Amino acid sequence: MYSVNYHRATSVADAVKKIKSGDAKFLAGGMTLIPAMKTRLAAPSDLVDLGHIAELKGIKVSGKTVTIGATTTHFDVANDEKLKKVCPALTHLASLIGDPAVRHRGTIGGSIANNDPAADYPSAMLALGATIVTNKRELAADKFFKGLFETALKDDEIVTAVTFTAPAKAGYAKFPNPASRYAMTGVFVTKGKDGVRAAVTGAGDDGVFRSKEIEAALTKKFEASALEGVSVPSKNLMGDIHASPEYRANLVVVMAKRAVAAANA
Amino acid sequence: MSEVTLVVNGRKVSGAVEDRTLLVHFLRENLNLTGTHVGCDTSQCGACVVHVDGKAVKSCTMLAVQASGSTVTTIEGLANGADLHPVQAAFKENHGLQCGFCTPGMIMTATDMIRRHPDGLDEATVRAELEGNICRCTGYHNIVKAILAASKTMSKASKSKANKAA
Repeated sequence: MYSVNYHRATSVADAVKKIKSGDAKFLAGGMTLIPAMKTRLAAPSDLVDLGHIAELKGIKVSGKTVTIGATTTHFDVANDEKLKKVCPALTHLASLIGDPAVRHRGTIGGSIANNDPAADYPSAMLALGATIVTNKRELAADKFFKGLFETALKDDEIVTAVTFTAPAKAGYAKFPNPASRYAMTGVFVTKGKDGVRAAVTGAGDDGVFRSKEIEAALTKKFEASALEGVSVPSKNLMGDIHASPEYRANLVVVMAKRAVAAANA
Repeated sequence: MSEVTLVVNGRKVSGAVEDRTLLVHFLRENLNLTGTHVGCDTSQCGACVVHVDGKAVKSCTMLAVQASGSTVTTIEGLANGADLHPVQAAFKENHGLQCGFCTPGMIMTATDMIRRHPDGLDEATVRAELEGNICRCTGYHNIVKAILAASKTMSKASKSKANKAA
């Protein structure tokens, strides 16, 4: 790792002040950024640690409205009893990220701000129609995720929370890469008052996306059987040593079936 | 450089370190606590697992400065004098190791796992929870056996304590 200057922020305002020094980056749980710095894929001059800001932590569930603070860990999301009652698909998703030690440190805000094309959370945010709250504005998830590792965030903008209305039905299924446990394809489906949404992670060439083929089929009937014979184009899907675009296209349908079955269970 | 202050295995320690120093290097090189190992250095193998504020974390994926102010337990801090911790004793009893390199991380992960499942563990849960710990001797079978045995001893011990208290 190259040399770096560490700054611990005490509040969001303090973090915004401290990010102005050099080529600084925000540090949340560090489960992606620190490994990237160790391999020198990232080399910020300064780190502004958001991990000790109390106002960014915690989960609030009021009726069907859920608000999750940005530095809430995957472990805390996975084990929140109130959240499990209104949106078990999301607690299940969090329980599948990485391993127990990673879940103790990794955060929801860090995950969505990084927007790894194979991360789990972006698919949930998109399918839940979540609102991403920052220190400057509120953004619909549809407008937040911009492509591979790209979001609408400005340099001095911090995700402070995500908020959504728990849908009547939601499910998530992923086919994990056997080594990294990142999604080789993951599908999050929801059925709420605004209809059906299905978001796919791990498969898109340009990151997380909504599958109109899956959504159209599930709008007719929100059941796994509705996806029989449905195919998703492999154009614009990722191909690598783990899976070809065609293999991932097939996985999208298979994972969508499992996600719907989980949502209806 | 930053001043780092921690409570490690019940002892208050401090030191001046470069900001890029990883927690595992601070433990091994500044404090000479070499029980915590560096295996893969890519956050995958879990040989470096320690407890920070009571939770298992990979100390190769956390800066020492990030941990400043925290309480850390390493493998050296588990035993009570000459008496092995129940998880250590179970690993010995069940031969839950071959070369022993992954063992400190396995034991710290196991201790954390048992703490989070006070009512006991089953084999499937243990195997799923060992996701982040790799044994390159592939001796998982006895590791799983050891963790199940330790979980049994510890939940029995906590139940009899609770009964006595009642």
